[in-house]
Amino acid sequence: MTPEDIQLVVALCKARAGLKIDATKTYLMESRLAPLARREGYNSIEELIAGLKQRREEPLIWALVEAMTLNDTSFFRDKALFAQLRDEILPTLSRMRGPEPIRLWSAACATGQEAYSLAILAEEAEGLEAGARIEIYGSDISERCLEKAQAGVYTSFEVQRGLPIRQLVRHFEKVEENWRLSPRIRQRVRWRRINLAADLTAVGRFDVILCRNVLGSLDESIRRRVLESLAAALPADGFMLIEPEASPQDLTDAFRPISGRPGLFARNPSYRVAA
Amino acid sequence: MTRVVVPHPFSAFSHEALTDAGENGFKGKERVPLKTCLLVDDSRVIRKVARRILEELGFEIAEASDGLEALAWCRAAMPDAILLDWNMPVMNGLEFLRTLRSEPGGDHPKVVFCTVESHPDRIREALAAGATEYIMKPFDGDIIAAKFAEAGLT
Repeated sequence: MTPEDIQLVVALCKARAGLKIDATKTYLMESRLAPLARREGYNSIEELIAGLKQRREEPLIWALVEAMTLNDTSFFRDKALFAQLRDEILPTLSRMRGPEPIRLWSAACATGQEAYSLAILAEEAEGLEAGARIEIYGSDISERCLEKAQAGVYTSFEVQRGLPIRQLVRHFEKVEENWRLSPRIRQRVRWRRINLAADLTAVGRFDVILCRNVLGSLDESIRRRVLESLAAALPADGFMLIEPEASPQDLTDAFRPISGRPGLFARNPSYRVAA
Repeated sequence: MTRVVVPHPFSAFSHEALTDAGENGFKGKERVPLKTCLLVDDSRVIRKVARRILEELGFEIAEASDGLEALAWCRAAMPDAILLDWNMPVMNGLEFLRTLRSEPGGDHPKVVFCTVESHPDRIREALAAGATEYIMKPFDGDIIAAKFAEAGLT
């Protein structure tokens, strides 16, 4: 790839999705773009970029941005946090919300393992008020990821990272060499394509937001805005789960960390959402 | 590999452990011993790969190539963990597990199956026989680490 091609990719990713792409990691870039070039019928990455410059087609630009997103995720990543959701947060919210639905959002869910982990958790949670309703939403910027998420079919490698064997046999069926989630679990999750770097004012209100896979890959100038948009979607008594290394408190005063629980945050009561 | 006739599988602390043997022979007084893991697989290649991964996770390793040999090791010194293949000559993994669980001290080891058997009915059968966790081959280091953590071994 020429330096100009690299700069174009970096600029497109930043402008469209707020992604921070390291221009020095050309190997990484090429390993992501080569499969895209093949899929789109180009003989090389150079031809793909040339085609992009020539035609400036939106679907191709988005396919390129999507190809550059990170999709690393697994079932029940960070067991302690999920145990806390099951044993403390969901029972508490079910008392406070009564018959109103408790809404959980896996933001930037990639291929869906986190949202399905929430669905399994909701299915197995005890200590909820009678009549408690839990709604689960998964969103990602990548249509391809959402298609895989919606299908709910995972490889043997994917189901063996984080998913206890008893939950595998309880909630999945084997389909040839892969594993498909039961219709019951699949139906619990609703999927939407959401670009976190875009305007989120119409996204709705969520009691728990999980945003644990994406902040590190966002440009610093975007990160704060994303965090504050998410804070605006969270009620005063809601919970936010963020990758601990993102240190949201350094970027915004919208959240306060809950002590002893790395990665778990509450809305800061003194924080006012900008109108 | 050299083997003694009456095996003490975990050589590194065998002398002090045996002179001061608790009920399972692993409780040295002077120091906290490493957790021990018995690898049971008829493939030497699989045992070699798994040994490297588990040693990195901090286990002391012994090896057996079928269920009967594994029982002999367990009767000599019960390990903390067993990574267990299913299909093996002489005695298969499931028969071994059922026998192990019926023996004195046989409820101690966490048993993680590691096998090409991946039908849900087979997995349920293994769990019913007392398996703690279950790995479907092919596996890698991440999967072993994840499953051993799941079993409460790390």
